[in-house]
Amino acid sequence: MIRDITLGQYFQGNSPIHRLDPRTKIIATILYIVILFVAQNALGMAIAAAALITVVAMSKVPVSFILRGVKPIFIIIIFTFLLNLFMIPGEPLCSIGPLTITHESLRRASFLATRLILLIFGASLLTLTTKPIGLTDGIEKMLSPLRKIGVPAHEIAMMMTIALRFIPTLLEETDKIMKAQQARGADFETGSLLKRAKSLIPIMVPLFISSFRIAQDLAMAMEARCYRGGEGRTRMNAMQMGRLDAAAFAAQAVFAALIIVIGH
Amino acid sequence: MIKVENITHIYEKGLPDEAVALDDVSFTIEDGSFTGIIGHTGSGKSTLLQHLNGLLKPDSGHIFVGGTDITDKKTDMLAIRRKVGLVFQYPEYQLFEETVASDVAFGPKNLGLTDEEVRLRVEEALHLVGLDIAEFGDKSPFELSGGQKRRVAIAGVVAMRPEVLILDEPTAGLDPQTHRDILDMISEIHRKQRNITILVSHNMNDVANLCDHVLVINKGKLVMDGTPEEVFAKADELSEMGLSAPPAAEFLRSLKKRGVNIENIPLSAEAAAEEIIKALSRG
Repeated sequence: MIRDITLGQYFQGNSPIHRLDPRTKIIATILYIVILFVAQNALGMAIAAAALITVVAMSKVPVSFILRGVKPIFIIIIFTFLLNLFMIPGEPLCSIGPLTITHESLRRASFLATRLILLIFGASLLTLTTKPIGLTDGIEKMLSPLRKIGVPAHEIAMMMTIALRFIPTLLEETDKIMKAQQARGADFETGSLLKRAKSLIPIMVPLFISSFRIAQDLAMAMEARCYRGGEGRTRMNAMQMGRLDAAAFAAQAVFAALIIVIGH
Repeated sequence: MIKVENITHIYEKGLPDEAVALDDVSFTIEDGSFTGIIGHTGSGKSTLLQHLNGLLKPDSGHIFVGGTDITDKKTDMLAIRRKVGLVFQYPEYQLFEETVASDVAFGPKNLGLTDEEVRLRVEEALHLVGLDIAEFGDKSPFELSGGQKRRVAIAGVVAMRPEVLILDEPTAGLDPQTHRDILDMISEIHRKQRNITILVSHNMNDVANLCDHVLVINKGKLVMDGTPEEVFAKADELSEMGLSAPPAAEFLRSLKKRGVNIENIPLSAEAAAEEIIKALSRG
């Protein structure tokens, strides 16, 4: 069960999308999300979807792999869709019992659902095609002008790197502890809500202790290698934008223009 | 008796990172046996252990523990846990209660026993692992030493009185004295409870000394199944798998290779010493 979570995971590959500079991809993702909210008609949505499908195809990440990661979020999307479908007033289309679907609500609900699906796919494509370390390096670089006004860019990036790096470790740790407690007859699946909440204690306590132990070990290992913050650090792989990134920016400009002209 | 019939387990089935962890493994463990499982890191030992406890289900094959098919979906999980106790590696990381006694009581309580019965089980289990309930019962498990924590964690499983007790590297990360103490304790529990004990270890000496039956797993396959003497006689095959015979046997083998007149290759240091004396007196 816990193995199935792929949100925030990296999918090894060497496609043009993988090779793009992380900064290009971060900017593109932000732009894409903004554009999704600019697009107001069906044509605009279709263009946005087509653009995403093209990028997914180029990235060579299997669609089944992306779907596996976003599956839990679909419940939220369906819920939002239904809520909008029945709650927005307007010209009635049909009614089921006390619930009425209107022209307006059907339009709004399906737009919202499409927007959310595209948004999640777009965002997960960023993490799927960018190594976590690249992602945080990119963020650090993009935030570094803000250092002048006191934003600790390096520290933020380092914290994100560590957090991302330890997601799989903690998932593995959770899995191990759960199994150990199950071997002692613990039951996490049945019983009342209160009982199930209580049954989490045997997992949470050891997990907290493990996290502190891991954090302590990591801090010591970093200090042993003379870590002392971002001042004067250089990178082994300095990021450099190239022709590929220029092409990506050009494509984004065309895409944004298209949406603003026809999809607005 | 444990009967494992043709179990196969595949991780991430149907995905690009699919991996066969267990490949058509079959063996039988008799009642009262002390069985050792050895294998290189990543050979599939841990996957096998979790199958024996019902934590993992095989993709195909069956496992019978005392006649009950634990791979059957209809079999009650709690009944399996009652039969088979599994002590994971570094079990002290699973401690969570405020006192030693209540942590050991976690397993028996989950079995639905009465308070009185739980109390008796806790007392018995702590006694078996060599901790005095009067002294340790009300202490926090987090203020104990590494060896004591491990004893408490093992007591937590022993208190469920399993017919089969499985220990995954119970001495990993301990100092030599505690290492010996824990192993003595395990064989003492085995002797007193007459259970089936399964020990996973990287220490060939321990396996040779304690076990009457050894299984060797390599790359998900069961490659050897026999008495320690039979298994450790195949030293060359073992070394190809990144394993070895106990140090005493390895030493005699290298003496023999250099032309010393050695007849038998026993597994323990004492027997090896006698063999060397015999060889020397033969000249």
